[in-house]
Amino acid sequence: MPDTLFGFPLAAVAGQVLVGMINGSLYSLMSLGLAIIFGLLRVVNFAHGAQYMLGAFVAWGLLEYLGLNYWWALVLAPLVVGASGVALERTLLRRLYHVDHVYALLLTFGFALILEGVFRYKFGATGQPYPNPIAGGLDTPMAFFPWYRLWVIAASMGMCILTWFVIERTKLGSYLRAATENPNLVRTFGVRVPRMLMLTYGLGVALAGFSGVMAAPIYQVNPLMGSQLIIVVFAVVVIGGMGSIVGAIVAGFGLGVIEGITKLVYPDGAGMVVFVVMLIVLAVRPQGLFGSLR
Amino acid sequence: MTATPSFSERHWMALLIAGAIVLLLAPFVAYPIFLMKLMCFALLAASLNLMVGYVGLLSFGHAMFFGSAGYATAHAVKVWGFDPALGVLFGAAVAAAIGATTGVLAIRRAGIAFSMITLACAQLVYFIALRAPFTGGEDGIQNVPRGKLLGLLSLQDNLTLYYVVMVTVVAAFWLIWRVVHSPFGQVLTAIRDNEPRAISLGYRVNRYKLLAFTLSAALAGLAGGMKSIVFQIATLTDVSWTTSGEALLMGIVGGLQTMLGPVVGAMVVVTMANQLSAFAEAVLIVQGAVFVVVVMLFRRGIVGEINAFLARRARLGPSPEAPAAPPPSQSARAGQAADAKSVS
Amino acid sequence: MPEHKVPCLEVRGLTGFYGETQALHGIDFVVQPGEAVCLLGRNGAGKTTTLRAVVGLLSKRRGHIAIDGRPTQGMAPEDIARLGVAYCPEERGIFASLDVEENLLLPPVLMPGGMTVDEIYTLFPNLKLRRKSPGTRLSGGEQQMLAIARILRTGAKLLLLDEPTEGLAPVIIEKIGQAIGILRQRGFTILMVEQNFRFASGVGDRFYVIEEGRVVEHFDRQSLATDHARIEALLGV
Repeated sequence: MPDTLFGFPLAAVAGQVLVGMINGSLYSLMSLGLAIIFGLLRVVNFAHGAQYMLGAFVAWGLLEYLGLNYWWALVLAPLVVGASGVALERTLLRRLYHVDHVYALLLTFGFALILEGVFRYKFGATGQPYPNPIAGGLDTPMAFFPWYRLWVIAASMGMCILTWFVIERTKLGSYLRAATENPNLVRTFGVRVPRMLMLTYGLGVALAGFSGVMAAPIYQVNPLMGSQLIIVVFAVVVIGGMGSIVGAIVAGFGLGVIEGITKLVYPDGAGMVVFVVMLIVLAVRPQGLFGSLR
Repeated sequence: MTATPSFSERHWMALLIAGAIVLLLAPFVAYPIFLMKLMCFALLAASLNLMVGYVGLLSFGHAMFFGSAGYATAHAVKVWGFDPALGVLFGAAVAAAIGATTGVLAIRRAGIAFSMITLACAQLVYFIALRAPFTGGEDGIQNVPRGKLLGLLSLQDNLTLYYVVMVTVVAAFWLIWRVVHSPFGQVLTAIRDNEPRAISLGYRVNRYKLLAFTLSAALAGLAGGMKSIVFQIATLTDVSWTTSGEALLMGIVGGLQTMLGPVVGAMVVVTMANQLSAFAEAVLIVQGAVFVVVVMLFRRGIVGEINAFLARRARLGPSPEAPAAPPPSQSARAGQAADAKSVS
Repeated sequence: MPEHKVPCLEVRGLTGFYGETQALHGIDFVVQPGEAVCLLGRNGAGKTTTLRAVVGLLSKRRGHIAIDGRPTQGMAPEDIARLGVAYCPEERGIFASLDVEENLLLPPVLMPGGMTVDEIYTLFPNLKLRRKSPGTRLSGGEQQMLAIARILRTGAKLLLLDEPTEGLAPVIIEKIGQAIGILRQRGFTILMVEQNFRFASGVGDRFYVIEEGRVVEHFDRQSLATDHARIEALLGV
């Protein structure tokens, strides 16, 4: 087995691709949530990053105060975060549908500020550690692959494929797609579209919470984790195409890997590469890779 | 703009005189530095307002103009020895250039996509500011000299600087007012209210938008450049999206489609930030809460609500329409279209 | 057929607004169970607006609308649907992101009495042939048939059809006429908006002429035969 690839040590390449896939997993899941919410509600959920952070903190809290481990958190945290989303939609967000959707965006932005402020107040800007639920890893001649990281990649891909399947191939998904196109007509069929909007927002937000739980053992659980992630995710969404499920998944994983490789090849540019790619994509194809020009 | 002249438009002479008195005497009542900060941010908010309220495009990245002009001015004045006036103009020019470049990419898309693009471009600028050697990274550019305006007037004294800044900001506001009420401004409003119609009338819509965006960037740059001179420092915070968010907050709180809105908004937000400066987290929470409350209940902003209230009171005989909650987006909002598509 | 005391649909004094503009200035009509009633009139008269009001899509409206005697003021469209009303809009509303069968099966079955999928395919055999095509790949006539077909499963007995023959070739129009005839035999009640008077006169029992948001004339099949010339002049045919 060769030790270098294009002049870089193979172990390093493998390591960076792994990191890239991990980040890509998070980017995908987050973009997926945003795409689902945007697709049906036409709302850009600025609270997505904060809800991701909330998911991580719920996981931490479940362990700290109730002694419930990661596997419990993986199920409960998304439910809690999803429920908070349902409550937000039901009480405040839906009152803004009849005015310009920018106000809904600003509402979620305000909500994100509040959430981040509250957690920063309670926990400061430093992180809380969260234990790795699957210790050890796969030792190969090329590199050492921690089990947990492999799990994150597999679980994210699984979740993305499951979500794609539900939306594109099931009856429930067809209601969603139809309501995205013509919500009023769907209501005349007797479908409770307002309830669907509420649950869809909850689902998208739950995905953010789920991402938070997955991220907790890898990155520290800290109040700033959401705002650092969200801007990159927005760029990913623009690249993939706003409202496109496939675009979110492909762009998410793709950009994670590109970012990882950039870190190897040109470390200083790693933080910027997503935005540079975005500018290139926009110059060539303004609607994003899988988006449609509305 | 709406057909009914607002309160401020009807009583402009009185307001002008009152305003002049306030501006001339203010530095004897409050700290000149605080007032200058207020004015710079008011100009930043006004530049954003131009885009959001009058053109209908929500830019999330105005900090990139504000901050990069700050860096440009700081560098020009400190390292190249520019005259402060030239330095600030240089900053504004840099901001305009960035505005034109970003605008070319962003304006191709409408609505939300435009906003996302401006946000991402702003992040790119942030990263460049973080890494580039001349910006000083986390420390920023410090000890920016005040210099002598046109080689004659020393700006060391805060009071002197206050009057210089005041005159500049007032002139900038006047410029905005002129633009909004000019034929150019009317075309922009037409584009905001009904873009397809404007296109069918033969207007090169994208050119107008780009021009407005560049102007808005230049004004934000003017504010940023001045701020560098006033505080004698240019930092990363000025290019971060928290600054963009604050500018947006000021616009929303004050009122998006009003001239005085940014001023009122800036007063509220800057004062609030100052009072709470000891508690960084509290600032976030309060700002978030203000966003939520204003968006849910006072969409027209403080000045907008006052205008609407006074318009209702002043009505005699056949009632002109009170300005409705402003729709910053570009989609045509004819009642029929809204009824047909929206889920109420 | 026994005369029901309660009309299937009753509209009295209906006024409606799009924003600040008043579109309906007082519409009155009834539809008895089993009937086919046509709303006639020129473009912009308010016919579509009336249907939208009945189905719950006109947010600003006043006046009395009752379905099977049940007033619908303030009800959401999805609840009005559960009273047994189904709507086929003028633009047909075929969903592009769904195929023909998904479109057909989309409206849920709300109450018993609707047609089964097989019965629908028997009525519209060419829809069965094109089952898996994307919704928008159909011809105008096929889209219209699909739009009508999909509301037959729900169990709704009152069908609102907005311009079912608009833009279609005469051969297709005849097919749609036949389909509507079969639906009537099966007991469906039909309220139809039509600009094509020839088609409407062959299908409808009673007719209301709407002009500038008001009902200006009301006649039935018999009057059509006797008053032919005057009615045609009224409609500008």
